[in-house]
Amino acid sequence: MTDARADTLDGIRRALKRGKLDEQAAAPLAARLKAHKRNLIPKRAAGLDHRGQIALFTAMAEGVNATVARVASAQDVPGAVAEYLSRLNLPSRLVVTPDPALDDIPWAKRPLLEIRKGRAEDGDAVGVTACSAAVAETGTLMLHSGPESPTRNNFLPDTHIVVLRANQVAASYEDGFDQLRRKFAKPEGGFSMPRTVNFITGPSRTADIEQRLELGMHGPRRLHIVLIDDGQA
Amino acid sequence: MAAENRKPRVALFVTCLADLFRPSVGFAAVKLLEQAGCAVEVPRAQTCCGQPAYNSGDRASAKKIARQVIDAFQDFDYVVAPSGSCTGMIKVHYPALFADEPETLTRAKELAARSYELISFLTDVMKLERVDARFDGTATYHDSCSGLRELGVKAQPRKLLASVKGLTLAEMRDAEICCGFGGTFAVKYGDISGKIASEKCANVEASKAATLLAGDLGCLLNMTGKLKRLGRKTRVWHVAEVLAGMTDGPAIGEPMGEAEGE
Amino acid sequence: MKPTSHAFKENARAALGDVNLQKAMTNLRAGFVERRALMISRLPEWDGLRDEAVAIKRHTLANLDFYLESFERNVIANGGKVHWCRDAAEANATVLAICRDLGAKTVTKGKSMIGEEMAVNEYLELNGMIPVETDLGEYIIQIRHEGPSHIIAPAIHLVKEQIAESFRATHTKLDPKRPLDDARQMCDEARGILRQQFLAADVGITGANFLIAETGSSIIVTNEGNGDLTQTLPRAHIVLASLEKIVPTLEDAATILRLLARSATGQEFSSYTTVSTGPRRPSDIDGPGQYHVVLLDNGRSAMLGTEFEDMLRCIRCAACLNHCPVYEAVGGKSYGWVYPGPMGSVLTPTLVGIEEAGNLPNASTFCGRCESVCPMRIPLPKMMRHWREREFSRHLSPASWRWGLAFWTFFATRPRLYHAASGAAARMLGFFGKRRGRFRSLPLASGWTGSRDMPAPQGRSFHSLWKSRS
Repeated sequence: MTDARADTLDGIRRALKRGKLDEQAAAPLAARLKAHKRNLIPKRAAGLDHRGQIALFTAMAEGVNATVARVASAQDVPGAVAEYLSRLNLPSRLVVTPDPALDDIPWAKRPLLEIRKGRAEDGDAVGVTACSAAVAETGTLMLHSGPESPTRNNFLPDTHIVVLRANQVAASYEDGFDQLRRKFAKPEGGFSMPRTVNFITGPSRTADIEQRLELGMHGPRRLHIVLIDDGQA
Repeated sequence: MAAENRKPRVALFVTCLADLFRPSVGFAAVKLLEQAGCAVEVPRAQTCCGQPAYNSGDRASAKKIARQVIDAFQDFDYVVAPSGSCTGMIKVHYPALFADEPETLTRAKELAARSYELISFLTDVMKLERVDARFDGTATYHDSCSGLRELGVKAQPRKLLASVKGLTLAEMRDAEICCGFGGTFAVKYGDISGKIASEKCANVEASKAATLLAGDLGCLLNMTGKLKRLGRKTRVWHVAEVLAGMTDGPAIGEPMGEAEGE
Repeated sequence: MKPTSHAFKENARAALGDVNLQKAMTNLRAGFVERRALMISRLPEWDGLRDEAVAIKRHTLANLDFYLESFERNVIANGGKVHWCRDAAEANATVLAICRDLGAKTVTKGKSMIGEEMAVNEYLELNGMIPVETDLGEYIIQIRHEGPSHIIAPAIHLVKEQIAESFRATHTKLDPKRPLDDARQMCDEARGILRQQFLAADVGITGANFLIAETGSSIIVTNEGNGDLTQTLPRAHIVLASLEKIVPTLEDAATILRLLARSATGQEFSSYTTVSTGPRRPSDIDGPGQYHVVLLDNGRSAMLGTEFEDMLRCIRCAACLNHCPVYEAVGGKSYGWVYPGPMGSVLTPTLVGIEEAGNLPNASTFCGRCESVCPMRIPLPKMMRHWREREFSRHLSPASWRWGLAFWTFFATRPRLYHAASGAAARMLGFFGKRRGRFRSLPLASGWTGSRDMPAPQGRSFHSLWKSRS
């Protein structure tokens, strides 16, 4: 029984007309991986100051059918959420991720909001999460899995509300990657990715029926972003 | 030694389609070139550029024909053809054909460097800004694929057409989309070709232009054939014929006893 | 999926007469084509990004073994497994073994062209599993027992009435009198049905748009969120990926991702771009317990170092399909296998053989629009021509064509003979065609005259006129 792995690698090397790369030949490749150099980054967001990036993020997110509500501080989040849900006639029962990033939100200020902290289940109408970063270039949110941020909370609820802080807005996806590398750095060097990193740009959608755009296919129908200025805007 | 003000010696590559179907295109090319200040010759040893063989996968035959072209056209300042696809064959594909034959490759590249499609030669090399011709009515222009994508011919015909007295250019939708000719494709996959040609004719119709123009006879024969089958009244010329003021006779596909519609 | 590419002409003829298909294909233009153009107009760095993407892929392919080994090391370091498979049979057996190991029954699937290549659904069904497609387009064709007609929009060949009919025939537990008149109603119905499937699935299978060597990750790009529910909820996540999906770093993936959604659907970025690395971590509260990457060769390594190597850069965006006049005329099914359009015309012969798929690279006008819109600058017409060269040298093209070509070459290399013949032909055809100016029919040219007239020659050849002039 021949070894598929060896066969495949041998086939590749035969096609490339060489043997396995020795350590010296492989060194520049290993270095390239280690350096993870950035390629061309479009100026669209990278060329703006932070205020400009926040404005761009907002415009891009709204351009893909997300909604953005700006508030001054964490204190204002419960009110903004309550107002959003009531305006759209949505239920006031929320599943909120047990994320420490949401600890400073005083949900008690809006007692009519029923809060459950934990993992989302099917049937949850509204879910609230934090996020790790926001990419101004295309109005994209970066979220990752963890003990306090289960991935399913981004997908099961009908409405997904994301609490974003102004200082989380960055220019590019590459800024997001660097953040992950810092956050999950290993003491021995390198970093270890979380199980899932989601880049979310607007709510779920499909155009599979006659190319007609419909929002809310399998993931959330609505993506609402509450952007906390924290004096940054 | 050549005087600075010697007329450029241009060899006309007339193309097999113009030779067989519509010599007036060749004569229009000669007139335009001479008016622009060129001395035009027509090397006798030319037949075809070799594209039918090349696109059919017969490299050997394509090379034979290409070598003949390289030989026949070696002594001229420029080689000009009233066709984007033949010029593309010479400029883009001859070097590719001879990639494995260093000596012929050198000659092929050298030929490629002095080969041009007619209209872009007039504007880009001879620096022609306008023509002295008259054509009354609205015309629309189809961008032949090879001319457009291999040679960048787009603005040049429009520039010269803008100088034709009495002519209004009405751009059609999807002028840059293929007409469905594709050489042997039109015969091998005739029904698909016919459908693509129908789309093109619908766009011609929608432009409301009375006249259709293009720079390649393959496209022109194809589009004319479809227009006639559909019973359309659109008249079709090679752009060189309009620019040379040679539109008194029958247009493409029209009876050659009397003019259509009279 | 058994190829019917040999029947391309018949398939195409049927497609040209299919009213529903022709109506459906008109949706391509206003959607993908116009939006793509708009997106590109908003990104001045577009061509620079394309150049970088080409450089990344060339570098990666030249060092494919190194990067695949790095990838494997990192997958394992994060708790996942890599299964090397030489062909579809090995890959299918691997997937089944993983499912059986878990006692799995229901398998949800995100869209995967590799899965179509493997015909993994049929294989799983034959072996007692229940695979459920979750991408709406794939779900629709699954319940219709059809193959996909477009690599991004699998059901693009259908009008909504056909889809509603299939929903009614399949979702028999729902009220037969319910309205299914518009896309919204059908989407909501599918959402409800498939949500239950997501929750019940034992195993989730996705494809991969990219594999990242640096981190041992796979990336999927979706709009519906089905790929995410497929990979997050079940007990195991299986990734089906062919060798050439690999790129070195996250940054390299980002560069190509900037090209992908814009080229495919005319979006800045897809709704969901997800990077998956290994199974759930010990402290995670959701996620699959197992992460398997089925790394499939299936002819890819054989393309390296050949005149078809550039095809390995393809990112399956379908821009070439969307801009091809032949694809637009006949739709994807005509091509007879998994990959239609220009990219299918190059790739299909490598995977099913030129004897089976010879029609595909021949059914092209070489207009070059595909190459001009390809984000990865793949020279598609050139590779189609290479297939024609291989056919010619192996005498696979019809004898009549070979004779015709030999005849033409004989004359074309003998100018004096050629001119005499051309002069005679111009006179004869000119004589017969003079009165009407065109022919309704011509012997040996029914492919042409079947659908259009042939303009008549003017009556003398250019060379005979030029000769008599001087």
